[in-house]
Amino acid sequence: MAPKGLDYELLNENVKKVQYAVRGELYLRASELQKEGKKIIFTNVGNPHALGQKPLTFPRQVVALCQAPFLLDDPNVGLMFPADAIARAKHYLSLTSGGLGAYSDSRGIPGVRQEVADFLLRRDGYPSDPELIFLTDGASKGVMQILSTIIRGPSDGILVPVPQYPLYSAAISLFGGTLVPYYLEETANWGLDVNDLRNAVSQAKSKGITVKAMVIINPGNPTGQCLSEANLSEILRFCYQEGLVLLGDEVYQQNIYQDERPFISSKKVLMDMGPPYSKEVQLVSFHTVSKGYWGECGQRGGYFEMTNIPPKTVDEIYKVASISLSPNVPAQIFMGLMVNPLKPGDISYEQFIRER
Amino acid sequence: MRRSVIGGAKRSSLFLLNQAHRSLHHHLGSSPSSSATALLLLLRRLSSSSASSPPPPNMSNPVTVQSINPKVLQCEYAVRGEIVNLAQRLQEELKANPGSLPFDEILYCNIGNPQSLGQLPITFFREVLALCDHPTILDKAETQGLFSADSIERAWQILDQIPGRATGAYSHSQGIKGLRDTIAAGIEARDGFPANPNDIFLTDGASPAVHMMMQLLISSEKDGILCPIPQYPLYSASIALHGGSLIPYYLDEETGWGLEVSELKKQLEEARSKGISVRALVVINPGNPTGQVLAEENQRDIVEFCKKEGLVLLADEVYQENIYVPEKKFHSFKKVARSMGYGDNDLCLVSFQSVSKGYHGECGKRGGYMEITGFSPEVREQIYKVASVNLCSNISGQILASLVMSPPKVGDESYESYSAEKDGILESLARRAKTLEDAFNSLEGITCNKAEGAMYLFPRIRLPEKAIKAAEAAKTAPDLFYCRHLLNATGVVVVPGSGFGQVPGTWHFRCTILPQEDKIPAIVSRLTDFHKSFMDEYRD
Repeated sequence: MAPKGLDYELLNENVKKVQYAVRGELYLRASELQKEGKKIIFTNVGNPHALGQKPLTFPRQVVALCQAPFLLDDPNVGLMFPADAIARAKHYLSLTSGGLGAYSDSRGIPGVRQEVADFLLRRDGYPSDPELIFLTDGASKGVMQILSTIIRGPSDGILVPVPQYPLYSAAISLFGGTLVPYYLEETANWGLDVNDLRNAVSQAKSKGITVKAMVIINPGNPTGQCLSEANLSEILRFCYQEGLVLLGDEVYQQNIYQDERPFISSKKVLMDMGPPYSKEVQLVSFHTVSKGYWGECGQRGGYFEMTNIPPKTVDEIYKVASISLSPNVPAQIFMGLMVNPLKPGDISYEQFIRER
Repeated sequence: MRRSVIGGAKRSSLFLLNQAHRSLHHHLGSSPSSSATALLLLLRRLSSSSASSPPPPNMSNPVTVQSINPKVLQCEYAVRGEIVNLAQRLQEELKANPGSLPFDEILYCNIGNPQSLGQLPITFFREVLALCDHPTILDKAETQGLFSADSIERAWQILDQIPGRATGAYSHSQGIKGLRDTIAAGIEARDGFPANPNDIFLTDGASPAVHMMMQLLISSEKDGILCPIPQYPLYSASIALHGGSLIPYYLDEETGWGLEVSELKKQLEEARSKGISVRALVVINPGNPTGQVLAEENQRDIVEFCKKEGLVLLADEVYQENIYVPEKKFHSFKKVARSMGYGDNDLCLVSFQSVSKGYHGECGKRGGYMEITGFSPEVREQIYKVASVNLCSNISGQILASLVMSPPKVGDESYESYSAEKDGILESLARRAKTLEDAFNSLEGITCNKAEGAMYLFPRIRLPEKAIKAAEAAKTAPDLFYCRHLLNATGVVVVPGSGFGQVPGTWHFRCTILPQEDKIPAIVSRLTDFHKSFMDEYRD
């Protein structure tokens, strides 16, 4: 029989090489056992709502109102929804170009990107350009977009921490690049030594691999460590010296459970370092609505912020984003609500704080 | 562990270090002793770790256009390309200086985005989605007064299919099982042939599903995908991004954009003779940008062709609910294949559906699915694996996809209002399609095939030599030249035909039928006036 288009032998080899254990073999076996009636507790994936964490009320109220704007016209709506949720729903609807059902700008609704920029200014103390903030269907999509832009072929290497969140290894495989591991030191609180980075790069070079980017996951997944400011400075200095893009996965920035090591963003450290670093080092930072205390994994909402990326490259990234038309609009509203939360004095503020 | 330690070395000490470094080198000549080497290395390390003057960086900036993935540079997507950038600038101009342009609004006829132009969503769908977003209110008495009874019932039903009723949780990577069951039932009701929920992958719109398939099929530029010309440029862009080869097959404008198997055969053989392994055939039915609906017999020939040649049939069926002529009906390729007696062993078939089109037009939700039949468990595993890296598609979009495939039925409380909304939208689309088609056909040098379906018209414009020369002088493709002039004069945004592909030497543009009906007369008159003055200026 003639070979057929989707015969296993003819599949893209890069697809066959990919592995993603978070939903791999063990998970499938667990799902089978669950169907047989066994009680299974899934601690394999960062999916808080699936394990009983309740969604925050306020954002759900706002998005429900945006879904069904006819409610806003109903005189009884005030009986079911607080005034600030109603106001916020109207605010977000006015920012869209036709409600939740219209494709937005391919980079995301400009008004929401402005809210993200405002958040970043408050968080870091440095202004942020909404034109360099792209909303995505989850942070994972953003990571895939950036990696596919960087990776030309197998001689392009990406420094990835070990242990890592396997999105990185999977994406690098899919795009035909080479993962260059750097090992986090388990006995030193999963710390990072710049000499290890240097060695990794030179070893890669000796094998004909050009390392182009470095991934850090801060706070770490699966390791849970926060990088110190000193560590981040060293890393940024290293990236400057080696001409690497730093990819800062910061999706857990609101999951900090101790006071000794607060979260400091890579962008803040970079800007604090001043020129030439702050003007030269290329940085892409990723965030999401899936983690933190929001845990809205199912919405698929995220963004990336680009720093010191040349305008022509930004144009290319925009072009690729436009092929998928736009990120989903409800999640963009979740993102707006997350970065621009309720304030003391707002009607729903008390409840929001209690739930958090 | 040793770490770089030096911080805050003063400039003067650095200068001295460098001096010492240089003179040591000088004295050592070409073969230094080992202790001198050690000293040299120490000096080098000391000077390079000084914080006050960073060492020169590796100047090969990793992310410039010279060094990024060349496939990114190659791909293009005109629907949101140059003409749209120009339109946005004009829109900003209008905002800053109202009255400064010969029109008072930009009309985006470049993109199939109905709700951005005033089309209203289907009430029942939005009721269910709102209840699923905020299930707390399902228990409240007031809800009964604000929502229809069947939307409340459907929301309960859907929530019961979601583990823990947690709409904020990642679902199964193919999408929530209960929703896939609903979609499979909907496919069966549509086609009369069963569908397996395990063949369904819910995705953030149909586009990511198309990307997934291209990724799977394409290993190198030796892998070819047959695509219609003209085509929706997701296909050309995706093939470019994944490094494959687009093998064009031309639709015949003379016969209402007919698809001839003889043309498929010809292109296939030519590609094979060049050493290309042709993996799949893309068919868009109803067509985009062309709007033709395939005749069933035509579809049978296509199925036969794919089976014989071992091609995967990639059936883009997102416009299945947009049919405006009574003599044509939508038949899914799966239905056609099954009615020919072909099963899973005979044909690899992928069908794409979306919530963005039809009468629901929910583009911003990013909902859709692909139904895959005819491939081995090993391949299905690979597809599942790739889907799992992104965890899952957005839940709200998944819910909407299930609603689209199982809308209210006769007897349901919302059926009447749902039906009225749906028919109203489809009848209006049919009227607008006809009005604009007639308008284009009345213009000098323009012919326009009927839009039997989808959301677009793709008129052909015979540009006078003088216009073509002027375009060349402006270093612009003639169709873009025309579209730019059109935009500048009328504020109407259309996409030049070269964004979709066309027979070389012919020029087209794609215009949507989506502006609200009350705006259509103004559009027609503006277009007519513009075209007349353009032809007056450039007539040979």
